[in-house]
Amino acid sequence: MNVFSLFAVATALIVGASFASAGDVQHGNKHDAHDETAMDHVQHGDLVLTGAYVRATLPNQPVAGAFLTIENTGTEDEMLVGVSADFAGRGEVHEMKMVDDTMQMRKLDAGLVIPAGETVTLEPGGYHLMFMKLDQAMVEGETVNATLEFENTGPVTTSFNVEGKVAKRGEHDHGS
Amino acid sequence: MSGRTLRLAIWGLVAVNVVALAWVMVISPRMTANAAGKIGHGEYTLAATDGTAFTETSLSQAPSLVFFGFTHCPDVCPTTLGDILTWQEALPEARDMNIYFVTVDPTRDTGDILKDYVGWVDGVRGVTGSEEETQKALEAFGVYAARVDLGDGDYTMDHSASVFLFDKDGNYSDRIRYQEDFDTAVGQLKALLGT
Repeated sequence: MNVFSLFAVATALIVGASFASAGDVQHGNKHDAHDETAMDHVQHGDLVLTGAYVRATLPNQPVAGAFLTIENTGTEDEMLVGVSADFAGRGEVHEMKMVDDTMQMRKLDAGLVIPAGETVTLEPGGYHLMFMKLDQAMVEGETVNATLEFENTGPVTTSFNVEGKVAKRGEHDHGS
Repeated sequence: MSGRTLRLAIWGLVAVNVVALAWVMVISPRMTANAAGKIGHGEYTLAATDGTAFTETSLSQAPSLVFFGFTHCPDVCPTTLGDILTWQEALPEARDMNIYFVTVDPTRDTGDILKDYVGWVDGVRGVTGSEEETQKALEAFGVYAARVDLGDGDYTMDHSASVFLFDKDGNYSDRIRYQEDFDTAVGQLKALLGT
């Protein structure tokens, strides 16, 4: 091995390490607390749905993000494969992530796995239900219904509270 | 591996480390500083929803906040607008800043649509224009934006999510990262405004 290839290897290691540490910083910042609304509690087979809410829309905002927590108390993995609602021409399960400074949003084509015995939280900055082609504005204080489609357990319709435009944060969130 | 090769290898690694250290400590920060000074500068002409043109000279009227987004945005863009509202509440001086929301999706985000969209936060001006001028502005700010097709003609946009801060002379000063801690963000604004 000559010095040049050592240089290449060492550089690759250093570059790799810096990317890895940059990634850690990103992950440390996802802390959008949403813990005050354990309202509706929907049992659907082995699944428990809680805290469903949709974000109020801004004027002319034709899409809306919705969030909830799904607990799988069963022994089989479940898959959230789709979502639909009367108020939206199109509904999908999406993943949002920050890559360095860039917000990326992708449809989860295969669906979102809810592993047996585990809880998956859809929350701002991560997984969400994406409603597009909205027929109506999402008005804070109202509730809307949407139907979640699970691969094994089938569909379930649940209500979503429409919550404020300003993102909810922990009052004393100091970036922990 | 012979002793000579091993020694060579060790010295090689030492040399690599010295170069890497120099890069990290000296060269890279200088390059970043140079690039940072140019952020926001370039030839682009877009239209703001208050009827004014948005060009690089718009940045030197008063301290400014500039961020990028689009109305078909479920999460980041409403969150950022909401954050700006809370910053304004905490720091009344921030209301005198020029605040621009530049769409990365000018095809769908016309001036009329943007005007109402940003309208619920006082003082925020929407900015849109042709695809070409938007592209020039994105380059001037070093902002990444890319269309991601969702099928059936629908699409979403990946985009940089930071809020850029400029001083009253139009020089880039800092950026507030997406979902930055509230106190940190307000501290950055205070530093910018000298309060």
